[in-house]
This record gives sequence, C-alpha cells and structure tokens, in this order.
Amino acid sequence: MLQVKDIDVFYGDVQVLWGLSFEVHQGEVVALVGANGAGKSTTLRAISGLAPLRRGEIMLRQQPLHQTPGYRIIEHGVAHVPEARRLFSDMTVRENLIMGSLKKGAREQREQSLEQVFHTFPRLAERARQLAGTLSGGEQQMLAIGRGLMSKPKLLMFDEPSLGLAPIVVKQIFEVVRQVREQGVTVLIVEQNVTQTLQIADRAYVLENGRITLEGPCRELITNDYVKKAYLGI
Amino acid sequence: MSEPNAAVSANKLMDFLKELGPAFWIVVAVLALLPVVGGFLLNDYIYHLIILTLMWSIMGMAWNLLGGFTGQVSFGHAAFFGTGAYTGGLLAFKLGISAWYGLLLGGFVAVALGAVIGWICFRLRGPYFALATLALAEIMRLVANNWVDFTNGPMGIQVQRTFTTKLPYYYIVLTLAAVTYLVIRAVIASKLGYYFVAIREDQDAAEAMGIPTARYKRLSLYFSAFFMAMAGAFYMVYMGYIDPHVVYALHDISIITIMVAMVGGVATFWGPPVGALIMILIGELFRRLPWAGTAHLTFFGILLIVIIIYMPNGVVGDTHKLFGFLRRPVSRAPGPMTAEKP
Repeated sequence: MLQVKDIDVFYGDVQVLWGLSFEVHQGEVVALVGANGAGKSTTLRAISGLAPLRRGEIMLRQQPLHQTPGYRIIEHGVAHVPEARRLFSDMTVRENLIMGSLKKGAREQREQSLEQVFHTFPRLAERARQLAGTLSGGEQQMLAIGRGLMSKPKLLMFDEPSLGLAPIVVKQIFEVVRQVREQGVTVLIVEQNVTQTLQIADRAYVLENGRITLEGPCRELITNDYVKKAYLGI
Repeated sequence: MSEPNAAVSANKLMDFLKELGPAFWIVVAVLALLPVVGGFLLNDYIYHLIILTLMWSIMGMAWNLLGGFTGQVSFGHAAFFGTGAYTGGLLAFKLGISAWYGLLLGGFVAVALGAVIGWICFRLRGPYFALATLALAEIMRLVANNWVDFTNGPMGIQVQRTFTTKLPYYYIVLTLAAVTYLVIRAVIASKLGYYFVAIREDQDAAEAMGIPTARYKRLSLYFSAFFMAMAGAFYMVYMGYIDPHVVYALHDISIITIMVAMVGGVATFWGPPVGALIMILIGELFRRLPWAGTAHLTFFGILLIVIIIYMPNGVVGDTHKLFGFLRRPVSRAPGPMTAEKP
C-alpha cells in the first residue's frame, strides 16, 4: 500500500534520514521503533508532506505521494495523528473533530463519523463543547485520534500516541489502535514504547540515526538479542 | 435551481444576524443619532476624536483579522495604510481625480501589495514573519520618501478637503467602520473563520487536516490589507495632507495598530473599537499635560506591558477581570474563540 523508497530528508544542513526504505501492506499494523532523534517523527512528517524529500520517493498505491502538497495528502486517505497531539486548543472538542472531516467524501459523512467517534470515545461525547486545551492528556490523545478517524482514512499514522500518558491510559490507547485496525484501517505507528508496540504490531522496523538497522515480524524482533538488550532492557 | 439556493443563503443570513446580536446595531444607532440628538454636546474637537477613534477601529479590526484570528502577527501594517493614503493622494495629485476613489482603489492596490508581501513573508513563521513585515513597511517608507518624481517625497501631498465641517467625515467613517465590522464578522462566521483559527492554533496540523494554509494565510492578509488601506485613504481625504513619515510610520501606525488590537482584545470583535477609544483618550490626555511632550509613547509602552501581564486577552477578552471585584470570581475564562461565539 505504502512504499517509502530510499529517502533522504534534511533539516537545513543537517541530514536526518539516510536512504530510508520500508513498506506497509494493506491491513497491516507496522511499527517504526527507535530512540529519541532516530528520525521516526521525521519519517511521518515526510509522508505527510510536511518535511520535503531531498532524494527518493514515497508511493501510495503506485502513485507518487511526495509530489503532492501537504494539504492534499489527506485526500489520498492518509491521516496523521501528530506527536504531542497538536490539537486546536482554543476550539471545542466538537470543532476539532469537524476540522478532521474537511475533505470531500468525509464531509458528507460528518454526522455519521462524529457518532462513530463518540461511540469509540464516550469521554469525548461528554466533553463535546469543552475547549480542547482543557482536556487531560489522555483525552487529548483520544481527541487527536478521533480527529484522524474523522477523515475516513485508509492509512492512519500515529506519532508517539503513548507520549506523556499514565500507563493505564497507554493501555487504552493501544487498545484503540487495535480497534482501528479491526475497522479495516491500515496503521503505521511510531513509538518509543517498544515493548507494547511490538505486541500490537505485525511487523516492525528499528530506526537508528536515520537508518533502518533491523526489520521483521514482531514476534521475531521480540526475541532478537540486540532488540532485547537495546530496547527491552532485558 | 436558484430558489433553494436563495433559501439557503437567506437562512445563512438569518443565522448571521442572530449571532451578530443587538450590540452592533445599538452602537451604530447611538453614533448615528448622536449629532442629531446630542449635537449640543459636540464641538469640532469631540468630532475629531470620534472620527479618529472610528478610523483606528478600522485599522485595529483589519490587523486583528490577520494577527488575532489567523495568528500572523504583522509589525508592518503601515505599509498598507500608507499605500491606501498614497493611492488616494496620487489620484488627485497626478491625475486630478478625486482622492475619494482611493477608499476602494487603495484597498485593491494594497491587496496587490499584499500579494507581493505575502509571497515573500509567508515563507517565514512567527517572529521571523513579524520582522519581515516590519522591514517591508520600512522599505515602503524609504521608497515613498526618495522617489520624489512619483510621490513628491518628503514634501508630501496636499489635497483640497471636500468638506469644511466635520459632520460628513463623521458619517463616512462611521459607515466604513460598520462595514468593516460586518465583513470581518461574516468572514469569521464562515468556514474561513475556522480555517484561520486552525492556522493560528497549529499550522502543521491545519495543513494535515487538508487546509491549504499558504492560500488561506494570503486570503486573510488580503482582507486585512484592504481595510487597512481603506483607513489610509480616509486619512488622506480627512486630513488633506500626507507625507511618508506620517503614513508609513513604524511607531505611529504599525505599532499603535497592534496596541489598539492588544489593549482592546486580540481575536475579539469588539476589542479593536474599544482599544481605539482607550488609545485615543490616553493620547489626548497626555497631549493636555504641558510637561508631557511625547511622553505618551512611554506611557503606551508601560500600558502594553501591564496589559500583556494582567490582561493578555485585552479589555474586552478579560472584562471579567476588570469587574471581577464587583462579582463573584468566574470559574473559567472563556477563550478568544468562544468568548463571543459559543
């Protein structure tokens, strides 16, 4: 479904991604794991058109995605749940969700999608008229995911959904990722929380200093000696 | 085909009028009837102050659309004010056409200038954008000052004033301010308003939601530039004289415009008119003091610091703080978006 081929990304003069390549197939949950500064978020930003490529290409169903301006990526069914939520904090919960359904196709189904999101996250329904900035961290993350779902995506990209959340909330969030997948949405997830991520994903890529150093099915990676030592702390 | 469409737009108009509320009509009616009913209270000086307040309201509202609602803080709005003023002035000075045409034409020239400025400055964000607009306004001032063949340079442009009394100017600027208020209010009530605020809140997230942020930032700038230039053109016909240092002034135009919006309340509808009133009154108060000189600028600076610390949402946005000692404490401060638009 999504193919990232040999991409280089720079911030100014600093090269962040070095010839990065990976693939996400239809219906999969794929994880990109790695330490701080490995380039995980940058990879998602590149797919979303927020970070320009210096080299390489990104193909979505054989169509070049990297030539599409950022605001049109969502029309191709790719939604981004950005790091640290990035909500519109002076808008209400409901307004934030509506902002997620601006594209054609999603707009017509707005009421239906709202109902669906409120069904998945009853907390958001309770707080529909509250300002997004006044929600708790976990609720904000739910809102960010809900906003992503409002666009009826084929591919939903999560950037560190567990960041700064209590362990019990993290569990809920990962449960939501599982639900999203059951609705037939392909998932690309970026995480530092390697243990839990490897449990919900099908395949994973390990990113180090902007390069992929390991890849494979999660059940193999979990038992991999290097992964155990470097990321699982066993 | 046209009937259902007409019904939809009639509905939208009704919604808009309902949301507008009575405050706007009351203020406009009071100001419109003031010379008729309370004419004995007014002299030329009072008229002058109200006219200036209304003119500054337009400027504050124009800045507020871009800086307050869209979050793109400009330090160079004098560029548009001056361009509006010079469009009117040059029409009369070079072509012998009435400077009044500058009210509309100046707006369009400023939009064209906004296209250039936006193209250059919107590559930058935050403080870098602010500095770029500041630099461009200064460039405009220097060009107007030195291109003597075209602008008459520092000698400025003088135009015969159309009316000898204040009253016609009073009604004209009242109309312009009312139109500006209605247009900006309608823009914010439309989907544009949501897009603008989304860009202010988080530009990357807005882009990822499918909003072409570059296009909508430019659109916001065009509206802002248009009304700013309209105020500039009004200044030309009202004062009858302009020169580059007055209409392209950094502190007297660009900075005071920001202060009008900030003192009144950024991203509120009534903030700029209230801010304009406060700024004009304070300015006049200091002018009365023989020892003050240009110390009112110092006072404006202090006022700005106090406002930023104690009333970051301005007098209108933080009204509950002003009158807080009269009431029981309010549990939650409404944000700028919801303050007037629940």
